[in-house]
Amino acid sequence: MTLVEVKNLQHLFFSNKDYTTALHDVNFTVQAGEFVSFIGPSGCGKSTLLSILAGLIEPTAGTITYHTADPKIGYMLQQDYLFPWKTIEENILLGLKIAKKDDPKIVHDLLHAFQLSHTAPLYPSQLSGGMRQRIALARTLAIDPSLLLLDEPFSALDFYSKLLLENFVVKTLQQFQKTAILVTHDIEEAIAMSDKIYLFSHRPGTLIQTFIIPEAIRALPPFDARNHPEFQPLFQHIWKELEAHGYENIT
Amino acid sequence: MDTKTLHEQFNAHQKRARTKIKILQLLLLVCLFITWEMTTYYRILDPLIFSSPTAVFQLFISKISDGSLLPHIGVTLLETVIGFLLGTLMGTLIAISLWSSTTFAKVMDPYLVVLNAMPKVAIGPMILVIFGPNMMAVLVMATLISVIISTIVIFSAFQQVNENYIKIMQLFQANKFQLFRHVILPASTPTIISTLKVNVGLSWVGVIVGEFLVSSQGLGYLILSGFQVFNFNTVFLALCIIIVLATIMYKGVEMLERALLKKFNIG
Ligand SMILES: Nc1ncnc2c1ncn2[C@@H]1O[C@H](COP(=O)(O)OP(=O)(O)OP(=O)(O)O)[C@@H](O)[C@H]1O
Ligand SMILES: [Mg+2]
Repeated sequence: MTLVEVKNLQHLFFSNKDYTTALHDVNFTVQAGEFVSFIGPSGCGKSTLLSILAGLIEPTAGTITYHTADPKIGYMLQQDYLFPWKTIEENILLGLKIAKKDDPKIVHDLLHAFQLSHTAPLYPSQLSGGMRQRIALARTLAIDPSLLLLDEPFSALDFYSKLLLENFVVKTLQQFQKTAILVTHDIEEAIAMSDKIYLFSHRPGTLIQTFIIPEAIRALPPFDARNHPEFQPLFQHIWKELEAHGYENIT
Repeated sequence: MDTKTLHEQFNAHQKRARTKIKILQLLLLVCLFITWEMTTYYRILDPLIFSSPTAVFQLFISKISDGSLLPHIGVTLLETVIGFLLGTLMGTLIAISLWSSTTFAKVMDPYLVVLNAMPKVAIGPMILVIFGPNMMAVLVMATLISVIISTIVIFSAFQQVNENYIKIMQLFQANKFQLFRHVILPASTPTIISTLKVNVGLSWVGVIVGEFLVSSQGLGYLILSGFQVFNFNTVFLALCIIIVLATIMYKGVEMLERALLKKFNIG
């Protein structure tokens, strides 16, 4: 089942003197329950695309169709942006409170599932970076979004926390049956976590290639996926494609 | 030696250093007073103009006992406290109205610049004429002097709230009021509290100038009337009281700031 359909999307940023074409003729679909990654050179418009999908920016042209009633979008950024003046519990509850559906049980169940119940009365500054990103995920999941947008959510973490969190996110999204789009600079991360990878061109960003991840890798959690025999060949393949398009280094 | 005794030694050392500073500070104060007393006693400085600590202290005792000093202190204190609370409160309210409408903020921008640049005490005589020679005029003066700068500082704090926090609220489909209550206000609380600290000082300026103009009661009035009859003992007495009270008030707001920041878990 198709969850979201993007057609002929174009976006320009205007300034007094000039304009920037951030996205040009972007077309893709995301199926319900799918995990899709976007990779591409810096500044090609990936974050802009996520902002458009989230409804934060109105695109200059093109359409986005959600095939679901009342689509709700969850957004995770590079930093957690937990509100430092609210406790962990209040942070997770906030979205529900605004939707007038505040039910502390949802928060407690989430914290319990994340094994972070003890952090409920604490403030974000008392938690480690990895814990804070998990709380940010909980805050995003609390409002039960139809689509999750993850904009490099692991890039501010150390390697060890990043691997743990990758596993955690994939497991959680499967458990809650969520559809997600991940933007990343890390090809290995994209392969290990997703079902499909969309490769973007230089700015103005457009989709130039799709890689489907083999079932065998998909079935494994990200950490084990990296050790699967098919992983390295796929990595090499994507790497070669990137080189062929003239950006050996997408970071 | 174990770490515990090392730690105790460190603490004792720190404490000694702190005590030393305190003693030196006190010593400097005593020296200043002794110099003041000596120079005026031996007429190096004219005691008619510079008064002297003993004269000021004697005047203090006599004015306290005949009850003629406390009303002045009370009036000035009241005016200052109301002035700086009103200045901060109104500054915050105007900042909120600027924040809630971008058009309003843009239209008001040059006016705020002009009002901020204008020396507020210059319109003192106007205030006196409009409100009459009473406490009201002093309060208006004290409020006016801090309200514009508070507005500008608090409004710019509202605007500097990290846009990613706002993004998250937009995704929750929060309305403007919810955005303000949950994000903009708590994020700007440290700035609002710090304007409180600045406004204490500004209110003192406004109140004293106001009392100069209104000239009926308060410590500012004491300074002016003492000066007019060339009684500099009164001038110095009022001055000393102002210094002490202003310092206490500033320290009080500082303590309030720490308590509030702790309460909101910021800073
Ligand atoms: N608010 C804005 N106003 C003007 N130009 C913008 C704005 N936001 C982004 N741009 C421009 O649009 C282009 C795409 O930016 P975007 O942030 O979407 O890139 P990105 O692919 O996410 O890059 P990165 O991988 O470095 O995060 C860039 O050239 C950027 O300078
Ligand atoms: Mg980006």
